[in-house]
Amino acid sequence: MNAPVRNPKLLKGDKHDWQVVIGMEIHAQVTSNAKLFSGASTEFGGEPNSHVSLVDAAMPGMLPVINKKCVEQAVKTGLGLKAKINKKSVFDRKNYFYPDLPQGYQISQFKHPVVGEGIVTVDMQDGSSFEVGIERLHLEQDAGKSLHDQHPSMSYVDLNRSGVALMEIVSKPDLRSAEEAKAYVTKLRTILRYLGTCDGDMEKGNLRADVNVSVRKPGDPLGTRCEIKNVNSIRFIGQAIEVEARRQIDILEDGGKIDQETRLFDAAKGETRSMRSKEEAHDYRYFPDPDLLPLEFDDAFIAKLKADLPELPDEKKARFVKDFGLSPYDAGVLIAERETAAFFEEVASGRDPKAAANFMINEFFGRLNKEDKTIEQSPISAEQARHDRRSDRRWHDLRQDRQRPLRNRLGRGWRPARGGREAWHEAGDRHRRHRKGRRRYHREEPGQG
Amino acid sequence: MSVDAATVRRIAHLARIAVADHEIEHLRGEINNMLAFVEQLNEVNVDGVEPTASVEDMKLKMRDDVVSDGNYAKRVLANAPATDDGFFQVPKVVE
Repeated sequence: MNAPVRNPKLLKGDKHDWQVVIGMEIHAQVTSNAKLFSGASTEFGGEPNSHVSLVDAAMPGMLPVINKKCVEQAVKTGLGLKAKINKKSVFDRKNYFYPDLPQGYQISQFKHPVVGEGIVTVDMQDGSSFEVGIERLHLEQDAGKSLHDQHPSMSYVDLNRSGVALMEIVSKPDLRSAEEAKAYVTKLRTILRYLGTCDGDMEKGNLRADVNVSVRKPGDPLGTRCEIKNVNSIRFIGQAIEVEARRQIDILEDGGKIDQETRLFDAAKGETRSMRSKEEAHDYRYFPDPDLLPLEFDDAFIAKLKADLPELPDEKKARFVKDFGLSPYDAGVLIAERETAAFFEEVASGRDPKAAANFMINEFFGRLNKEDKTIEQSPISAEQARHDRRSDRRWHDLRQDRQRPLRNRLGRGWRPARGGREAWHEAGDRHRRHRKGRRRYHREEPGQG
Repeated sequence: MSVDAATVRRIAHLARIAVADHEIEHLRGEINNMLAFVEQLNEVNVDGVEPTASVEDMKLKMRDDVVSDGNYAKRVLANAPATDDGFFQVPKVVE
């Protein structure tokens, strides 16, 4: 095991304590204009089958030509995961039949992925952190989309997504609880968004997870695992792990055995169930795609991407702690989104950074939540916030307000200069007119389904 | 290495090729002939030899990240047995 020693989190069964072992395969859609092997658009939505080239539709004689940007994005992500970059990798065909896969195979990378082993440092709510090993990252094509509810006896297929580049990021089985798994995906998403290689939008399916779950008695070898396919929100990842681990424990304690299989998480019923139809498809008969030469690049190609890397979340967090004297927890909250970190740095310039952090976390985010806004939609700019008339000392004291009801905290004390207040009020009115569901900011994870 | 009749059926099914019972034995013979030939090739020592990806001395060509294709749903759908409102229609497949 690569996992560093940390407190074992065990699940209680009727007879034993059990340890959950989790590994994940994250499918992250590469941010690019065109698809991995064709010149069709990757844009989300669009009329059905409009963002489709004859390559994506697998018309006879069409040949794939790789998009350089997608390769760069994969390498960049590898660098962000402190991973080994393979200067030579190979595309293989993964063969299976499904109506949303017109080629009859997915172009993927099997034996020789573009990125090898790496590492992600995961931060937990309590301020502790641990490391998760990355096994590999490879490039592959996405499939099309099937709709099953349009017609009583027919499924509808839209190939707009067919051929869009995905990065499959495979972790080692280093995760030991639903909480750790959620924190891992959250961190990976943050890294991808910093790098600009995937937007991490789980609602659009641009980041989705296959979760491998097994249980064992502490100290035993790994148990038989089940793979829960295509979980599309961080909250569901946590729920799926919990119910699946419980299912396996119940079977084992009743003297049964776990069948290695693919399962589906049904959020409405709160259960996982077998996807028998996938079982037969497991014989993928991989072989090198004869339409594509090996993917090769040189050190200069990597060095150029390395030189352009932004400051990554871990580095930014360390800098906020060291230079600004923030607690690791506060620094972690502020760096979770690149835009938030930039906003904070501007607010903090010329003021006491700790007071500014306090203001951001204890007041500003509450405001955004209440008015259902993202930081890009903030009615006041960072500069306006910096010119708030209250002193650093008053900002410091905001922490004590934490215990008070949100309503009271938000109802007073906000005195931004330069028209900021009016902006807030107008935004509030607009918001009340179009009141929809409220979205929490930062207190919960993104992408909740 | 050789294959039996059941394996021939399985390979045919994976490739979605309809094979009648009376064809199995003939195909089994053909496949086993090919496997025997590959086994013969396996006798050649290729230690330290890179697998040949292409007989030409070529590198993988890359394209720029520019949208240059698509927006012809009608062409894409032209050969489909059934369509509706821009979608392919296929016999229902549900998990």
